[in-house]
Amino acid sequence: MKRFSTLPALNLIGIAALAVALLVLAPAVLDDFRLGNLAKYCCYAMVAVGIGLAWGRGGMLVLGQGMFFGLGAYVMAFHLKLEAAGPDAIPDFMMLYGNGTMPAWWEPFRSGAFTLFMVVALPATVSTLLGLAVFKRRIKGAYFAILSQALAVAFATLIISQIEVTGGFNGLSAFTSFFGYSLYDPINQRMIFFITAGLLVAMLLVAFQLYRSRFGELLIATRDAEERVRFLGHDPANIKLVAFVIAAVMAGIGGAMFVPIVGIVSPLDIDEVASIGLIAGVALGGRATLLGPAIGALAVGYAKTSLSETFPGSWTYFQGALFVLVILFLPGGLAQLPSYLGRLRPARKQKQVPALQAEGAA
Amino acid sequence: MDVIVSQLFTGASTGAVLLLVALGLALTFGQMGVINMAHGEFLMAGAYTAYLTQQAVSNSDVSLLIALPLGFLVAGMLGLLLEMTVISRMYHRPLDTLLVTFGVGLILQQVARDVFGAQPKAVASPTWLHGQLDLLGYGYPVTRLFIVTIAVGCLAGTAAVLKYTALGRRIRATVQNRDLAETVGVSTRGTDRVTFFLGSGLAGVAGVALTLVTATVSNLGTSYIVPAFLVVVAGGIGQIKGSVIAAFALGIVGAFLTYYTSGSLATVLTFVLVVAFLQIRPQGLFTVRTRSLA
Amino acid sequence: MNAQLDYVEIRDLTVEFDGFVAVDSVDLTLLQGRVHFLIGPNGAGKTTLVDAVTGLANASGLVRYGSTDLLGLKPHQVVRAGVGRTFQTATVFEQLTVLQNLDIAGGVHRKARSMMRARRGIPSYVEEALDAVGLVDLRDRPAGVLAHGQKQWLEIGMLLVQDAKVMLLDEPVAGMSAEEREETGELLRRIGTERTIAVIEHDMDFVRTFADVVTVMHAGKVLTEGTVAEIQANQKVQEVYLGRTVEGATHA
Repeated sequence: MKRFSTLPALNLIGIAALAVALLVLAPAVLDDFRLGNLAKYCCYAMVAVGIGLAWGRGGMLVLGQGMFFGLGAYVMAFHLKLEAAGPDAIPDFMMLYGNGTMPAWWEPFRSGAFTLFMVVALPATVSTLLGLAVFKRRIKGAYFAILSQALAVAFATLIISQIEVTGGFNGLSAFTSFFGYSLYDPINQRMIFFITAGLLVAMLLVAFQLYRSRFGELLIATRDAEERVRFLGHDPANIKLVAFVIAAVMAGIGGAMFVPIVGIVSPLDIDEVASIGLIAGVALGGRATLLGPAIGALAVGYAKTSLSETFPGSWTYFQGALFVLVILFLPGGLAQLPSYLGRLRPARKQKQVPALQAEGAA
Repeated sequence: MDVIVSQLFTGASTGAVLLLVALGLALTFGQMGVINMAHGEFLMAGAYTAYLTQQAVSNSDVSLLIALPLGFLVAGMLGLLLEMTVISRMYHRPLDTLLVTFGVGLILQQVARDVFGAQPKAVASPTWLHGQLDLLGYGYPVTRLFIVTIAVGCLAGTAAVLKYTALGRRIRATVQNRDLAETVGVSTRGTDRVTFFLGSGLAGVAGVALTLVTATVSNLGTSYIVPAFLVVVAGGIGQIKGSVIAAFALGIVGAFLTYYTSGSLATVLTFVLVVAFLQIRPQGLFTVRTRSLA
Repeated sequence: MNAQLDYVEIRDLTVEFDGFVAVDSVDLTLLQGRVHFLIGPNGAGKTTLVDAVTGLANASGLVRYGSTDLLGLKPHQVVRAGVGRTFQTATVFEQLTVLQNLDIAGGVHRKARSMMRARRGIPSYVEEALDAVGLVDLRDRPAGVLAHGQKQWLEIGMLLVQDAKVMLLDEPVAGMSAEEREETGELLRRIGTERTIAVIEHDMDFVRTFADVVTVMHAGKVLTEGTVAEIQANQKVQEVYLGRTVEGATHA
């Protein structure tokens, strides 16, 4: 099983194939509605690429990615609300829930450039602070997973409570335009799809480079034997921090694109249940592989839409069963399937084993 | 002064609820290292047991007393079933267990929704829990006091089992050195099952108790599971007393924060406090120290 | 040429676990160019001593290498100061290949920017280490499939790549065949001339063949220090340790 050996060519071909499927095939065959759905799945897939990096490669089970997704999403939603309100006007919901005045810190979000900066900077800053607090004190494994989940709970609670600036439980919606382009125009929706799919492909390329870099090797080493890495002269906390921050930024960008595509962001999109739901696709596709998390997230997103359309309620059963069956029987995800099946046909492999041992004794 | 006493009491009763929920986790997570996200759904099962018991025995004065042991049994059996079918296969993969049991929890929630509907079910509290008890010039709701009593009772029971019974010795032996326990004739598999039964059963009791303060819905467990895990993490793994202190500390701190800020801000601040606390003691309040690298 | 030899100076080193004194005011000097052996019965405190020096166990006293005080440093800082170690059970990264294992050990000396690049070709120091520990033929194998002895060699190779000037090896020949021990010993001698090497060992034959200096520990204290011949003649040592060579040998 060459799961972790570098197969750069194959991975690049995979990324290229996915790029063609998303950027050429999908727009050609899908109607606007389906394409919009696919754009939404691409947002989840961006988060998934990050989860693959943090969890699959780094061993950090991040159960609170919804928070970083939410940071990106709400930052974008602030901007779009201001865009919808028009210059010098304040967003409608502030009239409704607040006293009709806008807090001063909302003002900068009128600027598109500032918003884009914050989409990256906010998740990066929060994850850095959090990562330093957690990794430097060697909080890991189950403790880390539980803390990250509690984080999502706390963040969603905070969002709900700050109704005058976040829209509370109902979230933010009723956006009209995206950086000047009307959201009602199907052409612009297509453009947003292309941007989103392009961003996903770009993130895969980033992940590709990270995985084949020395950092990628070190990350795996940290996952498998964190204490041993210390004796190579590295502080594992720094290695994990880098992966954690990159994952957070990917989630933030995914969240930012989610907003113009779906047209609403609410606490339900970012809370702990949504966060752990993002894990499902990663597990299905193969957590430690390059393409597995993204493809898994696309598949799970599609399954959710189709199942919810046909049998409401069945989606929950399906998601539950997905977690149980995949993690229990196929922890490497679908990407593991070929080698798993290969093991069922032992004829060729058996020859190699004694040879290995013979060399080993020499 | 009034504020302090009343918030102390509110905090203590929240702490008691937290402790009831966390006590089972202290066994399954703390002693066995299994992260069972379906623990919240065992709470829910306990709550629905209380509801069903009341449907069968319409006298609310006695139905609660019947429901308590029944809830323990129902949740305990669910836990046993989960241990035997799923968890036993993955003791070496604790993080994966978390995800699998989350999946199980999702399924259990949907089953409850399909069986009982999405509407919350109310369980009438017994008449002997109505009213207030006046102590030192303050009135305390009797239901809250009753929950504190149940929590203390469960705690005492759990501690006694761990400390004085042969089963408790087997549990502790298995926790401390699995292989050694095996070689001296302890059936570690059997011990795992019993521990899991007890831990899950406690969730059932907690669920029954929760019907006194909250309505019974299919996602009842989700709002308790994360705080309860935080309690065990802050308390330190492998030590029940850590969870006790952490539960009451979080309950009381939360009560005061709620009073001075708001309920939701209190949740956020409590989380920040736990993270800050783990900066000082990364392994929680109490730790079992070893010299090994692992 | 080398006017000043490297050395590690340990003074009054004490390690306590909850009231139990595992290492009791140990004085020890490890000199460059000599293969130094630490022996002693189980529980004598040998591994704990190494743990203390490498930042794994809290200790009081003084551990000085060059101008650096090693006590109080974190494990990775100790490594960066030039002190490396191996563990009783060889711990290599099983999913990575032999080559990747060695390469990853060189990371300390790399700039952050180069970390984000893929490996291009094999650095010469990795090649040399690969050659020194004799794993050239196995370089593309996952380390997980290596035999136990080979993993120990790989660990030593990683220390070479890491450019550890001080190497603390915890039972490196445990579980090796006689032939492999011989090779390991020769390897230690070869690389030992430019380095300060301390080896914890139970196998007395190995100690007799390759030790330049032997320190005997017992119950957390240094019992005596000297050449193999001196140690063997020492009455106290025979009482606490050599009297039980049979046990010691089988333990290894």
